[in-house]
Amino acid sequence: MLTYIIRRLLVLPIVVLGCIVLVFSVMQLLTPYQRLSVYCSNPAELKNVDFEILIERYGLNDPIYKQFADWFMEILRGELGWSESASRPVSGAFKRFMPVSAELALWSALPLVLGGVWLGSLSAVKHNKPLDHIMRIFAITGWSLPTFVAGLLGLFLFYGILGWFPPGQLGLEASAIVRSSVFASYTGIITLDAVLNWNWFVFADALRHLILPVFVLSLVSWAMLLRVTRASMLETLRQDYVTTARAKGLEERVVIKKHARRNALIPVVTIAGVTVAFLFNGLVITETIFDFHGLGRWAARAAQTFDLPALLGYLLFNGVLIVFANLIVDIMYAYIDPRVRLG
Amino acid sequence: MTTFIKLIKNPLGLIGLTLLIFFIVVGILAPVLAPPAWQNEPYRIPRDGYSSTPKPPSPEHPFGTAEGQYDIYYGLIWGTRTAWTVSLVVVVLSAFIGITIGTIAAFYGGILDEILMRITDIFYAFPFLVGAMVLTTILGRGLGNVMIALIALGWMGYARLIRADILQIREVEYVQAARAIGASSLRLMLRHMLPNAIWPVVVQGTMSMGSIVITAAALSFLGVGAPLGYADWGQLISYARNWILGLHGNPLAYWYVIIYPSIAITLFCLSWNLVGDALRDILDPRLRGTQ
Repeated sequence: MLTYIIRRLLVLPIVVLGCIVLVFSVMQLLTPYQRLSVYCSNPAELKNVDFEILIERYGLNDPIYKQFADWFMEILRGELGWSESASRPVSGAFKRFMPVSAELALWSALPLVLGGVWLGSLSAVKHNKPLDHIMRIFAITGWSLPTFVAGLLGLFLFYGILGWFPPGQLGLEASAIVRSSVFASYTGIITLDAVLNWNWFVFADALRHLILPVFVLSLVSWAMLLRVTRASMLETLRQDYVTTARAKGLEERVVIKKHARRNALIPVVTIAGVTVAFLFNGLVITETIFDFHGLGRWAARAAQTFDLPALLGYLLFNGVLIVFANLIVDIMYAYIDPRVRLG
Repeated sequence: MTTFIKLIKNPLGLIGLTLLIFFIVVGILAPVLAPPAWQNEPYRIPRDGYSSTPKPPSPEHPFGTAEGQYDIYYGLIWGTRTAWTVSLVVVVLSAFIGITIGTIAAFYGGILDEILMRITDIFYAFPFLVGAMVLTTILGRGLGNVMIALIALGWMGYARLIRADILQIREVEYVQAARAIGASSLRLMLRHMLPNAIWPVVVQGTMSMGSIVITAAALSFLGVGAPLGYADWGQLISYARNWILGLHGNPLAYWYVIIYPSIAITLFCLSWNLVGDALRDILDPRLRGTQ
């Protein structure tokens, strides 16, 4: 087990370096003038200055390997340039937008982890019963419904017609409280801060604004999780050892919980890494539609306004995070399935 | 052929197939169903004025007009062709790249396998939509660049899938026999291994036809995909963004701007997913007998 983890950890820097090289190669598609923006951390630097001098200073006409080394050092120092669409340095924009996205991600992940596997395996246990059919229809519709369509239809129905869930992160009143000095900001994650401040009005308001975007954001992941768990559980339930367990007179509940679900979980763990990628994709769309000022909306605006430093920074951030997520998945995988670490 | 018959016998598969045929017919008959206003630019949606307020369905505009007076019916009909073009080109080319890389990696193994698979890992690290968004922004707006971006970020799944299958098949007796007779590497790969390893890739391909269309439409929705006024479902939905709330006292005032394009894109993806699901059930021997 330990050697397996060490081996995976040794590969990690190579893949992270690969991500950096890939983003750098994408940058090479640009002219030196365009790339200049990725290096400047302040727009004031660009005023009244000869661009040729700057290109010279940042070495944008140097040989590629030297440019790469320079840029790599910049990344290590956390300097990713100036984001025009956020009006602040890229690293500062990350700090500001992260909590908003983290809040959406946490609220999406929580029910998914708690309920997804349970519902999926229940669907397999009740194979071809009404519950199974409902789950299958939900899964395939959720998988086919694009996030932006789900978001707009959700707003159309639940805000336009019913008036239940407004867009935005907070209502006017709650947002005034959050900005005031009474409300201490510990994490930037509003629901968490509200609990820490013991302010239930803000908590309820934030939750009301979260329901629809969280549903839209996690719809794809729900669909995938239900499908994978169901298929995997169906396969496991037909294994001989499950029949043996039943034949020796074990309670059905024990057979399913202790014998079948354990093994059925193995393929489910592998999709956890993909779910992180889905989350990043979904954040861009969901935050844009529901007007949450988080990482995703920032990236979408950056793409519309050709804000390259922001885009490259975001891409790099996504890549590195997913590499780490996959590492954790692989380790969990080896932990659950002994065949992996022996193989 | 038996696969096809089984597909028709599967109720959900049949629904999916029927819907696909419908979309094929609409795509082929586009010039008849919606005669283009400009003969050499059929993908340009005709506009009826420049007012931003959408107009409800009328005899001239059966599905109404979107923001900027783009004809929704015309956009949907020609958008079907766009959807087919994008999904077919992207899926076929990325599957081709993935199959090539995966087969070579599994067949030769060793250090080459290690290098190719680590490259695959690196590409895998980027979220599909975000990566495509960045790449399209840099390459420039337009459908061609959208397709390039989607292919560049879409081949990895196929590579991993085919590699796993080829690794298994490589050791099977009939392949060993062919090798012993002296078949060349190319012949071994193309004649003996690929035909037996290709089915999971086919299933994967059908399943991703829908998600490719979704991602391409999402790029248009975000404003970095198809050019303005181009017949594309994602673009039509992005025109709907400012109008989903309707008027005070009449929340349904602009229902047509969002409902019609949503139905089109969701049905297209649904039909591919239904067919893909049914195909997987038919072709995956482990699932046999669960039906």
